[in-house]
Amino acid sequence: MRTKEELQRISMTLEEYQLAKSILGREPNDLELGMIAVMWSEHCGYKHSKKTLKLFPTTGPHVLQGPGENAGVIKLDEELALAMKMESHNHPSAIEPYQGAATGVGGIVRDILAMGARPIALLDSLRFGLLDNSKTRYLFSGVVSGIAGYGNCIGVPTIGGELAFEKPYTENPLVNVMCVGLLKGKPKSGKAVGIGNSLVLVGASTGRDGIHGATFASLELTSESIERRPAVQAGDPFMEKLLIEAILEALEKSDAIIGIQDMGAAGITSSSVEMASRGGVGVEIDVTMVPQREKGMTPEEIMLSESQERMLLCIEKGREEEIRPIFEKWGLNFAIIGHVIEERVVRVKEKGKIVGELPIDLLTEKVPAYDLITKEPERLKEIQIIENIPKVEDYEGVLLRLLGSPNCSSSSWVYQQYDHMVETNTVSIGTGASILRVKGKPYLLGITTDGEGRYCYLDPYIGGMMVVAESARNLICVGAEPLAITDCLNFGNPEDPEVAWYFVETVKGMSECARRLNIPVIGGNVSFYNESENYTVYPTPIVGMVGKIENIETICTPEFKKEGDTIYILGEPGNLGGSLLIEELLGEVKGKPSFNIELEVKLEDLLLKAIRSRLINSAQDVSRGGLGVALAECSIWGNLGVDINIETGKIPEEVLFGEAQPVVIITVDSDREKEIEQFFKDIPIKKVGKVIRNNFTVKINGNEIINLDIETLKKEWSSGIERWMK
Amino acid sequence: MNFGIVVFPGTNCDRDCYYVIRDILNQPVKFIWHRENDLKGIDCVVLPGGFSYGDYLRAGAIARFSPIMSSVREFADKGGLVIGICNGFQILTEAGLLPGALGRNRSLRFICRYVNLIIERNDTPFTSEFEKGEIVRMPIAHNEGNYYIDDLSKVEKQVVLRYYGENPNGALDNIAGIVNERGNVFGLMPHPERCSEKILGSEDGLRIFKSIVRSL
Repeated sequence: MRTKEELQRISMTLEEYQLAKSILGREPNDLELGMIAVMWSEHCGYKHSKKTLKLFPTTGPHVLQGPGENAGVIKLDEELALAMKMESHNHPSAIEPYQGAATGVGGIVRDILAMGARPIALLDSLRFGLLDNSKTRYLFSGVVSGIAGYGNCIGVPTIGGELAFEKPYTENPLVNVMCVGLLKGKPKSGKAVGIGNSLVLVGASTGRDGIHGATFASLELTSESIERRPAVQAGDPFMEKLLIEAILEALEKSDAIIGIQDMGAAGITSSSVEMASRGGVGVEIDVTMVPQREKGMTPEEIMLSESQERMLLCIEKGREEEIRPIFEKWGLNFAIIGHVIEERVVRVKEKGKIVGELPIDLLTEKVPAYDLITKEPERLKEIQIIENIPKVEDYEGVLLRLLGSPNCSSSSWVYQQYDHMVETNTVSIGTGASILRVKGKPYLLGITTDGEGRYCYLDPYIGGMMVVAESARNLICVGAEPLAITDCLNFGNPEDPEVAWYFVETVKGMSECARRLNIPVIGGNVSFYNESENYTVYPTPIVGMVGKIENIETICTPEFKKEGDTIYILGEPGNLGGSLLIEELLGEVKGKPSFNIELEVKLEDLLLKAIRSRLINSAQDVSRGGLGVALAECSIWGNLGVDINIETGKIPEEVLFGEAQPVVIITVDSDREKEIEQFFKDIPIKKVGKVIRNNFTVKINGNEIINLDIETLKKEWSSGIERWMK
Repeated sequence: MNFGIVVFPGTNCDRDCYYVIRDILNQPVKFIWHRENDLKGIDCVVLPGGFSYGDYLRAGAIARFSPIMSSVREFADKGGLVIGICNGFQILTEAGLLPGALGRNRSLRFICRYVNLIIERNDTPFTSEFEKGEIVRMPIAHNEGNYYIDDLSKVEKQVVLRYYGENPNGALDNIAGIVNERGNVFGLMPHPERCSEKILGSEDGLRIFKSIVRSL
């Protein structure tokens, strides 16, 4: 019998322990209990999210691999497929920002590698508190250096992502990393099959680092969390680079590798159990065979270690020596640590003696799935109302303030620390969705990540729809047809009914939008317990999306292209609910975000057709900061001004800084106005002005409220983050 | 013109250089693993960018001990062309094939972006396709590009590329690329292979590879 305290240390409840014991039919020993605890942790077991995640649409004609593997895979053409996955590394980054973020990159890259794909791009979605806080600057700069330190070294370009600074993330930053890879032919699987086949551990040696990292990720952050710093693993990007090359070389030269699995959270335990579970077999592992970094490690430590840069392979019996020389050439361990057995158990041996044995299903299908107890927060109605819309006196000042806010301003301070060009495929980054070419192919890839905390906090269903829609719209704006979604859902403690309600509503909204836009969710990750003593993070879904651009002629970018072009607005700008303006002026997030799914579907369809027919010269999505900020960005990036006049019945605050979606700014040759108006006749379209050489002037109903030169805009926009990080 | 691209553990721009040489310039090219020592038939050795051995010590400090490096030295002594890009440049200075050293960037941060460069010499096998005094754009991507040498006068005549306008990393006298005295070994921090195609934003880098091809 175990005490409550003993169980608490490994994040298990007494009920869970008793359930596990009754399934097992006996008392688990220490090793077995440790294995159960990590596999039953939220991080590995998805206890609180499993049922809700079933809402996502996951299939489509081009989906080769949906959720359930190391990564999702879609077909690009008859030869190539694309693997994609996103994952969080929030808690480790809160405690140890450099290593936390670095190992986040390492883990997601191995997930892609496990599909047999060469990683071609990384993206990071990051959220921190406000930059006037020195702790925030420490976390921010550590996380960025960690991503740079790891990603740059392994030679995978970091080509995009997004960034937000808001109070609720002060103590619990969000670090979500996405990786995309390319593979030829059939994706690999993380499965073990064929009785007698070998389980081979490749890569780094196993040390005492990261033990119980998965259980740590399944707890709220407290002031004592810093003591869990040893639960954060240390990354070795050099080792990872060798692992990438060795795995890809082995796959190219031999077909003896049957299954590949990343060894991440819960180490050998989860990787071997997952492989066995997918293959419908059992595994036997002798911990004595595991290459160890330090002496005297116990079987429990070896089975639970989260040492990085390791992978588990299932190799056809008798063909191990075909593969070994490749790993030896790259200076990596290649250790046969066990084999596939018929009996569906994980059997752990030490020096030939059995030290633990658990049924596979106890650690997989039988992990409890909880029904969430949900409750709509009472304050919701209250925060959805903006009692008094603040009257702006100085529109120029407000526009500059928003542009200079780290939430809108240039992120070059961040991406210049990332090698975003290695592999020589990067065509465009930093303005809207990133664009990669695919060597030897006519088509290109559009890749984006988008996240929404504020909108979801105010209305999770609408916010959930908006995050999917915005991501798709960002792809459409560069001429890419969205193909698939990977996501990362960051929430507080799911045992809190209000958090649970937010979670369920967000997923419902996301699912509905994904279904309407016909984009499958092919994998993702849930991160709960993003709470600290003073804050619960906003309910924050992050979406990663990949789309296909037909060819180089049909790329569209957001910046203004030439003087004299006519500027149109598609959709109806307005609604200050959830806007950055309200947050800046009132100091709190308020109002109800507004989103029109029917319009979204029509707009995306027409816009993509227009771009593919080369009707328009630029397209820019309107989001954070509203139309004012979006127009200014087009000006800054294109180094051209605007002469705008908007006829409207709404107040200027709403039109310029409202964040209703969908709204898109397009420019067209002035002699094509009729054609354009005809083309978009089924959705709201409004001619608002012209691209001019220098000045940025905006009139509302003929009254000039903004007249700035582009240099002033540029200065504000480019220094928003830098001024804090000098 | 036969190119040989040396691959150290941790090299990560090898495939990018390979693509430019084979697919853009249609020249014969092969990879050479760092444990090999045979450079027979090779006309130009490329030491590409990356993080050889993780650069956990000084960048390039371990790679210089790889078996291939003694062959590269012999090859250079006989007048063979050697170009070291970024980490390759760092390895060449560590190996003593080029003078000076590359320290941490002044900002102590990794910097990846386009910079302007001025061509100081076009009488080398690596820069004959440029005009002397021409301003070109190429990307840099490094942690350690801060060129330093005790006695600047010793290399004055060997400077081929300088940062123009703004100095991104604190390099002494804005030095971005130098050759050895003989002029057959060239090291540069910018990545010409990343700007050899219009689709990537600049073709200035291709002219370095074209110069090499033209030299033979």
